[in-house]
Amino acid sequence: MDKISLTAMASIIASGLTIAIGSITPALGEGRAVAQALSSIAQQPDEANTITRTLFVGLAFIESIAIYCFVVALILIFANPFWNYIITKGG
Amino acid sequence: MNISPDQIKIWQWGPITLNATILFTLVVTTLIVFVSYLVTRQLSGDIKVSPGQNLLEVLVQGVRDQIHEINGQNPDPFLPFAGTLFIFIAVSNLLSVVPGYHPPTGSLSTTAALAICVFVAVPVYGIWQAGLWGYLKHYIQPYPFMLPFQIIGELSRTLSLAVRLFGNVMSDTMIVAILLSIAPLFFPIIMEALGLLTGLIQAYIFAVLAIVYIASAIEAEDIQQPEQRNTSHG
Repeated sequence: MDKISLTAMASIIASGLTIAIGSITPALGEGRAVAQALSSIAQQPDEANTITRTLFVGLAFIESIAIYCFVVALILIFANPFWNYIITKGG
Repeated sequence: MNISPDQIKIWQWGPITLNATILFTLVVTTLIVFVSYLVTRQLSGDIKVSPGQNLLEVLVQGVRDQIHEINGQNPDPFLPFAGTLFIFIAVSNLLSVVPGYHPPTGSLSTTAALAICVFVAVPVYGIWQAGLWGYLKHYIQPYPFMLPFQIIGELSRTLSLAVRLFGNVMSDTMIVAILLSIAPLFFPIIMEALGLLTGLIQAYIFAVLAIVYIASAIEAEDIQQPEQRNTSHG
């Protein structure tokens, strides 16, 4: 197997693993955060505005981890920095 | 497949390139300025106001209320900055239902520029409110050896602001593009509607985070033992 297909294979497998593993923990974290916020709203409906706003900001923080993984996966597939290097080396 | 609208070249003349990001940024800003001009040309203090004025009043009042709820201060100094961020990002995300439109916030250049605006605005507001020494002092609180962590925190939250907005908007456009090639009949509409929701939420979050960062730089002076609100690393 030449180096070009090896690079392509490695980057595709790595991007799949990146988005798969990288979305597990943010999903768990977001689930915990939403569950906690829902029970807080059920206990104190008057504070729903503050809780919702804090929840959204916190969810954005948690979700940005998944977004990082997504961006890395896309870079590996569509804009692989080693691709040109391998091509110019001639496989 | 284009990962960012930077790569779509509309027009080229010598070294000057007009790509889709610049073009649609200009379209969005022109639209906002034009609509605001049309509405504010004939403001009225009566009970009967025009629909446009009603809309803008609700928008400005909503932004003011949100700022006041977050930092508990007079929202007027922060209104122009946060309001501009919110309205620009919201309009450029919401217009993505228009066919042929590429949201400029789906390009890392635009979001990095917006994040750098926040990065610059935090010390500007902090120095303006707390003085130079008062602002610099919050870097060495509670302990001087926190200094490198504070600096890393400032840089990493700027990066996370930029990448978060870019990733969300770009993933929406990309999911719709992928769905159009797999199941072109009905599912892209659902994702498009979901994209409207996330686009608006992202605009809200960007503006709220900008206000939170600015408020944390200002509060460092007021409170004796500052809460560690400003060390969020996203």
